[in-house]
Parts: sequence; structure tokens; C-alpha cells
Amino acid sequence: MSLHVDAGQPTRAPMPPNRKHVRSRPGRSFMTWLDLKAAPYLLVSPYYLLFLIFGLFPLGFTLYYSFFDYDLTGTVEWTGLGNYAAMLDDAAFWRAVVNTLAMFIIATVPQMLLALMLANALNKRIKAQLFVRLGVLLPLVTSVVAVAVVFTQLYGRDWGVINWVLGWFGVDPIDWKAERLPSWLAIATMIDWRWTGYNAIIFLAGMQTIPKDLYEAASIDGASRRRQFWQITIPMLRPTMIFVVLNSTIGGLTLFSEPTTFYNGNVHGGTNSQFQTVSMFIFEQGFREFDYGYASAAAWLLFLLILIGSAINFLLIRRIGGNK
Amino acid sequence: MIAHSRRGRLLAVAAVAALALGAAACGSDDSTGTASGGGSSAAAGPVTITLQTFGGGKNFGYKEAVDKWNAEHKDIQIKYDNLTDQFEQVYWPQMIQWLQSGAGAGDVVGIDEGGMGLAKAHPEWWADLGEFGLQNRKGDFAAWKWENGVTADGKLFGLGTDVGGMSLCYRRDLFEKAGLPSDRDEVSKLWPTWDDFIKVAHKFQDKIKDTKFVDGTNTLYNVVLVQEAAKNGNVSYFDKDNNLIVDKNPAVKTAYDFAQRISQEGLTAKLRNFTPEWNTGMKKSQFATLGCPSWMLGAVSGDGGAGPDFKGKWDVAAVPGDGGNWGGSWLAVPKQSKHPKEAAQVLDYLTGKEAEVSVFTYAGNMPSNIQAQQDPAVQGAKNEYFNDAPVGEIFAKSASALQPVFLGVKHAQVKNAIESVVSAIDDGSVPYADGWKKLVDDAVKAAG
Repeated sequence: MSLHVDAGQPTRAPMPPNRKHVRSRPGRSFMTWLDLKAAPYLLVSPYYLLFLIFGLFPLGFTLYYSFFDYDLTGTVEWTGLGNYAAMLDDAAFWRAVVNTLAMFIIATVPQMLLALMLANALNKRIKAQLFVRLGVLLPLVTSVVAVAVVFTQLYGRDWGVINWVLGWFGVDPIDWKAERLPSWLAIATMIDWRWTGYNAIIFLAGMQTIPKDLYEAASIDGASRRRQFWQITIPMLRPTMIFVVLNSTIGGLTLFSEPTTFYNGNVHGGTNSQFQTVSMFIFEQGFREFDYGYASAAAWLLFLLILIGSAINFLLIRRIGGNK
Repeated sequence: MIAHSRRGRLLAVAAVAALALGAAACGSDDSTGTASGGGSSAAAGPVTITLQTFGGGKNFGYKEAVDKWNAEHKDIQIKYDNLTDQFEQVYWPQMIQWLQSGAGAGDVVGIDEGGMGLAKAHPEWWADLGEFGLQNRKGDFAAWKWENGVTADGKLFGLGTDVGGMSLCYRRDLFEKAGLPSDRDEVSKLWPTWDDFIKVAHKFQDKIKDTKFVDGTNTLYNVVLVQEAAKNGNVSYFDKDNNLIVDKNPAVKTAYDFAQRISQEGLTAKLRNFTPEWNTGMKKSQFATLGCPSWMLGAVSGDGGAGPDFKGKWDVAAVPGDGGNWGGSWLAVPKQSKHPKEAAQVLDYLTGKEAEVSVFTYAGNMPSNIQAQQDPAVQGAKNEYFNDAPVGEIFAKSASALQPVFLGVKHAQVKNAIESVVSAIDDGSVPYADGWKKLVDDAVKAAG
């Protein structure tokens, strides 16, 4: 409906007169090539170089040695798939897998919900906004050893605060390090304490990118706060969620520091491996038993486990808000 | 431009921080690095010799001996690092990685008896102490202590620090409370055998509820194991050809059965030795007795253990059954040391008569040096912390008669796996019925 004014000018901009001129000067053209084509690669190359050295090389190296019976204190012999076959038959490995998955689920599900709620609360206008938002990140800054010291005190069997409080309600003392489920719960709280704030901040950043006018329009239409959260915030947050969930999946399945420090730095994960994770199993095989080949094979199985876990979670998360 | 310079500054700060972190992460490395920075040992700056040991409480007991050396030797300074209280789980695996990778180990390192089989099998890890004239120390040690410091190909690499010996530590105040004799000679008479020991334990437990008689299964398991090993050809987990014999050696089964018995009869506080809970247990009087090789006295009396509040409340009695040899360590100089000559000098000093006597009076570790054992300061020594117990007499008597237990190349790994099971039946995570099978299975796996 607008008026098109054809001024009779050529629609295509004329070729810049000096184009040919530029091409004829090799020095300049090299600089242009450098600027346009090479510079981006140069700028990202440090990451890829580092990844090559510290990521890809160890990956290949690990794969290579997973085919060997490699004892640090003894011999190196080719066994082919022998390590993998032994591993699939190794109850200790599967115990570690179950421990890892269980702790991952116990820790991550409440953590995601808590982080979402926390982020939603932080997203509102509050006093001392920056201060409160940064405060959420504080647990992450604490050293994991300090966290472990505090939590081992809390979860002590004989002198722990939690058993003491439970005692008021007539509950018998729980041996948090000896019983399987209690040890998982204890470690899950350690993980949540450290990482909930971190995930909340990422969620918050995601929430801030959602246009305000969507909420305004919803308010005018009479949608409640709650409804706005479920119908606008959650679906719009999907990319952030995918990132956070994948990040947590990788973190949760490679869990190492919390359960290790919970048992005084011993990677056996309790007297009967009650809370030994796959990472701890790898460490124990490689650096305690010096069975490098076996540990390498376990590392590759963990890699597969993470791929599977990430894929499942990715598919689940993609469905969030999919009813729209 | 402002943005640029700020970024530059940030980068600089980050770089410095990263460097500082790196330096902190390998602190022990750093000190030898700065020392070697001065070039050869003849250079102006003093040479720093890093001494790495393990153990709880007063551990190797070198504090006073090292202070004395550092005051007298301005040119060679000892930097003493006690890395951890856990030998099998933390110290030895880490040390093997350092030795294998050629960097990280100190100039003088401590090795527990459990690691000596592996250490001997790798002559390439160690400096030849014979090169520095330590061959002439042969007369200072019992034959077995000396021979264990010689590699398979006949190279001297380690000298003995202490020997095990055996006693039983007990809380005399709690014994009195339970109406038991508290004098150490009378206590020793209470338990000529382990059966008698358990009878006394029940008498104690009937009177006193909130303190258990024994700390846990693990400590006494090891005491019984070394006693029984002496009756079964002086082997425990491996025979002398390095074959695993856990399921064939009656010593292991006897020790395990004893551990299971004290646990099943409710005599243990269910604590595993050398854990924070065990240390707290001592401070909170959770148990009344403890198997005590001489070096354990330092672990009990040190700040990490029961600590100064319990001075005079502990005492030392004879162990039920026969004597046995649990523990004892060696010092060696890794080949990677940049100052092997000075390190050998330090090693010579620390295993010498004077230093071993000082260790004994400070921490209670029984010297392996024969002259030190015979020194009046050791023979007549009383341990103030343990109610003036005549520890010199108690341990020196057994030290000369000690029989070494043969320990295989993979002893440390197998010991670690077995001790986990022995503790697991105590905390209930492995049923008593499954304990022995799991012990054998896990030992086979750890040895494989």
C-alpha cells in the first residue's frame, strides 16, 4: 500500500571503481585475506590447539591403551578387547555405575527445580539485587575440601549434627558412610549445595533474555504470575535448560570430588564401595591398582555412558513446553 | 586504548595467578627447583633436601631431628613434608607415579614395609647409596632389615628407620572405672591369649556401655595377622615366590576370624584406623584398647590422635599371644633427586644412632639401628604420655628377636583391599557370612 517511487536509478549499486585496483596489489590482498578469512581461525585456534593437546590426544591415548594389559609397575601386553570383556563381567564396575546414576538422579532432579525457583525469585525486583545474585554463587567458590569437612561433620555417625537432630525424633543414628542410600543422599546434598546457585545464575541469565513485553501482554490478558511462569518462562528458557541439563549430566556422571572427599580422600568410596562412582573406579584401577589398561577401558565406557545419558536428557528436555 | 590496557592488566594478573597456582600445586617440587636453580651443590645458596614421609600423629618423628640438623647445617637444609597419614591409599600410589614419571618425589622418601617388595623390584627408581659410602652401615642393622634395603640386583637403596615390635595400648582410667586392674603388669597378666583378651573385653563391656573395648576390626586384625604369620613361615599374603596365598595361608583366616569375632560380639567401636572418625573417637573416649606397634604410640599421643588432654590416661601393656612385627619403614633416595649426595648425607644422619634415638624419645618409634636400640636413652626410656611406661624395655626386648614377614610386590594393594573388607564387616556393609569370600575375591583382584 506504500508508494513505490521509482527514481529511475539502477537498483544494483555500481561496482566500486577501485576494486580491480585493490586486487592488483598483492600485499593489500593478503592483508584482506588475513583479516577476513584467517583471523577468525587464528583467534579461535588457541582453544582448538589446547583441545588437541589436552582433549583429543589423551582421548586417543586412552583408547589405545585400553587394548593393553598395562601395569604401571610391571608389563605392557596387548589384550585386544580383553579389558572390555572383563569390565562387562566386573560386579565392582557395575556397582559404580549404579552408584553414579543413583546419585546423579537424586542430586540433579531437585537441583534443577530448586535452581529454577531460585532464578525466578532472583528475576524479580528485589533490594540489593546484585548482592543477592552474587551471594547465590558463593557456595561454588568454597573449596570442595572445606565443603567436605563441613558435610562430614554434619553426617558423622557418632558425633554428627544430623544424627543428633534425628535423635530428637527418636530416630536411631544412621551410619551415613556405611549404608548405601544414606550415603547417596548425603553426597547429593553436598552436590546440590555447591551447584544449585551456579545453575540458578545461568537460568537467571536465560530469563533476562525473555522480552518483557511478553509478560506485559500476558498480564493485560489476565494471566496469573504462575501461569506466566509455566507458559512463557519455561518454554522460552528451553535453550538454557538444554545447556544446564547437559552440563549437569556431564558433571553428574563424572562425579569425583564430593564422594572422594566424603571418604577422607579414599577412592574406594566406603568400605564396600557404597558410594564409589565410575570416575573413582577409574582412578582406583589406574592410580591405586596401577592397572592403566583396565582404567582406560573404564574411561571409555564412561564416555559412552555420558553420550547415552546426554542424548536421553536432550530428548527429554526438548519436549518441555512442546505442547505449545 | 583504555580497554586494551585494562585487558592487558587483567591478562597479566591472570597469568600471575595461574603461575602462583601452579607453584602451589607442586610445592615440594618448587623448593627443590629453587635449590637446583643455584646450579651445582657447590653454588652459594644452601641446598634444600626435601624429605617426604607419611603417617598420623607424630608420624616418623623427625621434627626434632630435622630442626637440629637445620640449625647445624647451613649449607644443607631439610624441608620436611609429611604428606598424608595413609600409606597404601594415598602416599605410595602417588610416590610410584612420581618415581615412574621421573619428577615430583622428594630427595629422601620414606617407604613402609608394605611397599618394599615393589621398591626392590625397581632398582631403576633409586640412587645407589653404595656410591656415597653407606655400604659401611651394614653393621648397624639386623640382617633382614639391611637386606630388605637391597634391590634384586644387589644395589643398596634404603636404610631402616624403625621396626614394629608389638604392645597393646589401653586406657587405664577406663579400666579402673570398669573395676579391672589398671597397673600395666597386672593388665598384661590378664590376657596371655586372645581368648583371655575377649573375656576381659566382655567384663569391661558389662560395666561400661558408652565406650567400646576395641577401636575397630582393622587394627587387631593386623596384629593377629603378623603374629600368625610368624607361625606360618613368616609369610602373609604372598609366598616367597610372589604367589598370592591369601586363601591358603592359615594366618590370614585366623586373623580374619578373630576380627569377625570381636565385631560380632559387639566389642568394637566400628571405627577404621587412620580416619578422622578414628581420631575423633580417641578424643571422645570411644574405645579403650588398641594394638600398638611402637610407631602407634606417636599416632595416639600426637595432636591428630588423642592429644594432650589424655596424657597419663593411656598406658602400654603386653600384647596377647606372641610377639609380632607390624610395620617399620625405610628411607631411600630416588634417582630423580638433583642432589643425591646431600640426600644420602641426610639419609645417613636420619638413620644414624643419634637421630633414631631422638625419634624414639620424641615419637616412640623403635629404632632399627642396633646401636640406637642399645642406647641407654632408649633402653631406659619411659613414655611420659603413656603414664611413664618403660617403652624402651617393652619394645627393645622384642626388637632384637623380631622376625621379618615376607611381603610381596603387590602387598600394599592387596593389604588395602583386604582392610576394606575387614572394616566392611564391622560397619555392616558386608554381612559376616559373605566376608571371607569377598576378602579372597578382592585380594585376587587387587593382586591381578
